[in-house]
Amino acid sequence: MADQTLPIAGTVDVTPRRRSTATLLEWLHGWVVTVDHKRLGILYLVYGIFFLLVAGAEAIAIRIQLAWPGMHFLSPELYNEMFTMHGTTMVFLVGMTIIFGFANYLVPLMIGARDMAFPRLNAFSFWMSAFGGLLLYYSFIGGFGLYGMGAAPDVGWWAYAPLTARAFSPGHATDYWALALIVAGFGTLGTAINVIATTLSMRCRGMSLLRMPLFVWLMLVVSGLTLITITPLTAAQIMLVIDRYLGSHFFDTQAGGSAVVWMHFFWIFGHPEVYVLVMPAFGIASEIIPVFSRKAIFGYPAMVAASVGIAFVSLGVWAHHMFTVGMTSVGNAFFVLSTMLVGIPTGIKIFNWVATVWGGKIRFATPMLFCLGFLFQFLIAGLTGIMLSVAPWNWQLHNSYFVIAHFHYVLVGAIVFNIFAGIYYWYPKVTGRMLSETLGKWHFWLFLIGFHLTFDTMHFVGILGMPRSIYTYEPDRGWNSLNLIISLGGMIQGIAVLIFALNLVHSYFKGKVAGNDPWDAWTLEWAVPSPPPVYNFATDPVVHSRRPLWDLKHPEDPDWRYEG
Amino acid sequence: MISALALCLAVSGARAVWADAPQGTPSIFAPASTPATNIRDLSLFVLSITGGIFVVVGGLLAWAIFRYRARKTDDDSEPAQIYGSTQVELAWTVIPILIVVVLFLTTARIIFAIQDAPKPPAALEVTVVGHQFWWEFRYPKLGIVTANELHVPVSSKQDPKPTYLHLLSADVDHSFWVPQLAGKTDLIPNHPNDTWIDPLHPGLYVGQCAQFCGVEHAKMLLRVYVDPPDEFAAWVNQQKQPGVQDASVVAGRHVFETQACTNCHRITGTAAAGTFGPDLTHLASRATIASGAALNTPENLRAWIQDPDHLKPGALMPAMQLNGEQIDELVAYLNTLH
Repeated sequence: MADQTLPIAGTVDVTPRRRSTATLLEWLHGWVVTVDHKRLGILYLVYGIFFLLVAGAEAIAIRIQLAWPGMHFLSPELYNEMFTMHGTTMVFLVGMTIIFGFANYLVPLMIGARDMAFPRLNAFSFWMSAFGGLLLYYSFIGGFGLYGMGAAPDVGWWAYAPLTARAFSPGHATDYWALALIVAGFGTLGTAINVIATTLSMRCRGMSLLRMPLFVWLMLVVSGLTLITITPLTAAQIMLVIDRYLGSHFFDTQAGGSAVVWMHFFWIFGHPEVYVLVMPAFGIASEIIPVFSRKAIFGYPAMVAASVGIAFVSLGVWAHHMFTVGMTSVGNAFFVLSTMLVGIPTGIKIFNWVATVWGGKIRFATPMLFCLGFLFQFLIAGLTGIMLSVAPWNWQLHNSYFVIAHFHYVLVGAIVFNIFAGIYYWYPKVTGRMLSETLGKWHFWLFLIGFHLTFDTMHFVGILGMPRSIYTYEPDRGWNSLNLIISLGGMIQGIAVLIFALNLVHSYFKGKVAGNDPWDAWTLEWAVPSPPPVYNFATDPVVHSRRPLWDLKHPEDPDWRYEG
Repeated sequence: MISALALCLAVSGARAVWADAPQGTPSIFAPASTPATNIRDLSLFVLSITGGIFVVVGGLLAWAIFRYRARKTDDDSEPAQIYGSTQVELAWTVIPILIVVVLFLTTARIIFAIQDAPKPPAALEVTVVGHQFWWEFRYPKLGIVTANELHVPVSSKQDPKPTYLHLLSADVDHSFWVPQLAGKTDLIPNHPNDTWIDPLHPGLYVGQCAQFCGVEHAKMLLRVYVDPPDEFAAWVNQQKQPGVQDASVVAGRHVFETQACTNCHRITGTAAAGTFGPDLTHLASRATIASGAALNTPENLRAWIQDPDHLKPGALMPAMQLNGEQIDELVAYLNTLH
């Protein structure tokens, strides 16, 4: 079944493929000037995976320092730079780039379009994001400018005022942080506009909004949310730079500025940002879980409604990061309620995934394993989220390792797991070759064990009173053996990620040839060859349901008969 | 499979926690004050509800994965395609809404109970000022200024003697957190905050700054001594005295008064009236130096004065470049400041 040719109108088969005769320089030039959505998608992904390795190395350094109390592996200054760079890198250079990489590559293919709506804006956005990342990392060399040795930003990825004022953060490290995020932010805005325009105006015939794959729906919602949330961040960064260089006092508390205003700016960006990152992961899971359960997604309209609902509610919860800053009791109660409300649409999503698995014939290929890990971990992350939304309990848990555990359950347990799932799932489409299942299973199980050793244990050490952002701790607090377990888990995750990197490289040359449709899937991208030809479809395809390839494979029982 | 693993880990993790934990562990589940106890009770309630949800949903998921796995004996056919069900969707929307209502009402009650508790007239008032990287404690009604080690009287249900803390910052954001006494409240410049504790058992309670505040955030430790009434009265009485004048250490006092020490530190009864650093009038009565980074022993004090950066890299106190003799005299003097 895997290699049958599917008569989707407009798919072109370019076999036999000729080997490229371009020189290395021509090849490189081709990548730099490209406006092809697939090539830009690959650039985003490669870039994101590279920084995943960098940020992972930073996390390992952090965990070596914290493995035992009183370690001298990192100086306090370097430790603070490491956790600042780890957070900033993971959110802006790994999370954002990888999700937009997926979006770039997949959205046009899934909706039967030949490219994104604005190919040149697309290239511009990628290079803005890329240079933002380079600017951030250049701070290691140039952070003190002419003063001598460099220094990376060391104010935390949340960069609370007034620690970022020049009185407390001299040199240029903080400027690199602010400018890098402004530059990368413009790239992100460009891509968000592009995804919205593409999904709204480039769909093929028959692809109504309610026939779009859920991944596309979620990217549409995420892009809308990005437009709203990146804006206050960019505004705040510009205000910060004006504070630092033009003598304004937005956040300068020494001159009557407000530290709390920065927090509001940051978190009205920062909280929806979590949903910007996690909803594409939902999208990936919503594609993979049905295919490997061999069932249509359960409750498609409810899934769409829940996604829109999450995006909407997520704009009204930001101050749950600020329960300890001294808001009024009524203010606190409001943000308790709004935060708990997020649990309802999120619960709907989890229930629908469980219902999709229910009654299926589950195939445990590596993409599905990562998605199943995601389901359990996201369930736990959601429940610890409810705990954190309980303001009085939050007064204890806030800024403790419990919070670190919670958001790594979301960012790693949900997002990174689904990114891995997505890479295992679509790598054959992108490269034409399968990733090794053997290495994939090693990767999955090691990563799963390491993940739980690290992040389960962090909950406990947080309950025992260990705050975040500390480069060392007192040996008599009862945190010693737990921290050692956390660090051990970190090392295991590091090994798993190295296996993954090895798999990516090895399978590119030696992997099994994939064919068009190795997973026996149902969305349009599997109708074109792997890798897809330039411009994807020679003429516009026509679809009649949410699963056009299902209809073709099962003409006796097509979806359009049942979809309302 | 995964949930079983997670459960095993949770159980073994919990065991490790309780076996490993010495008396000094600032666990939020070992409260010794009304706000912390209220929070603990609320958290157990929330934990039981969320735990129930985890068991039900996680159990269903685990069962589905086991029950509906593809088997070798399966034929090639696809399973029945089910597209959804409005009744089911309604059920799993309404039930969570009810749970949220219960959780919200319970939470709101505790928020108001803790945050809006009226201040009784018998309450002790302390102003806490966060500095990079130490704590200043001022007792405005008692005329006491001290640092890093907060002394408060024990409270009881019959004779409530709570302590109300007014939280300020001299520089950047900090956060006051002693887990066994109360949740944390931030110290933010230009944004005064208030919180309260009423410790019910005498003893030492540890905590530390919980909002990243710069290089030495990790060593901005907090010690709260909860004293029985007579001990607290004695402590107050002692702290009200001016600095001890001991003729045998006059050389050390001379070093202190003629060096830049006086720019930052205060010792009542001397010319030293600085406010950037901790008040040293009763330094020798404190158990630790450098905001808890080291015990207050003559050796540590000597090492600290000689090179603060060695003990606490990034501390804002400079090395004063004193010679060995001067440091010996100075340490001898500071050790008399009971």
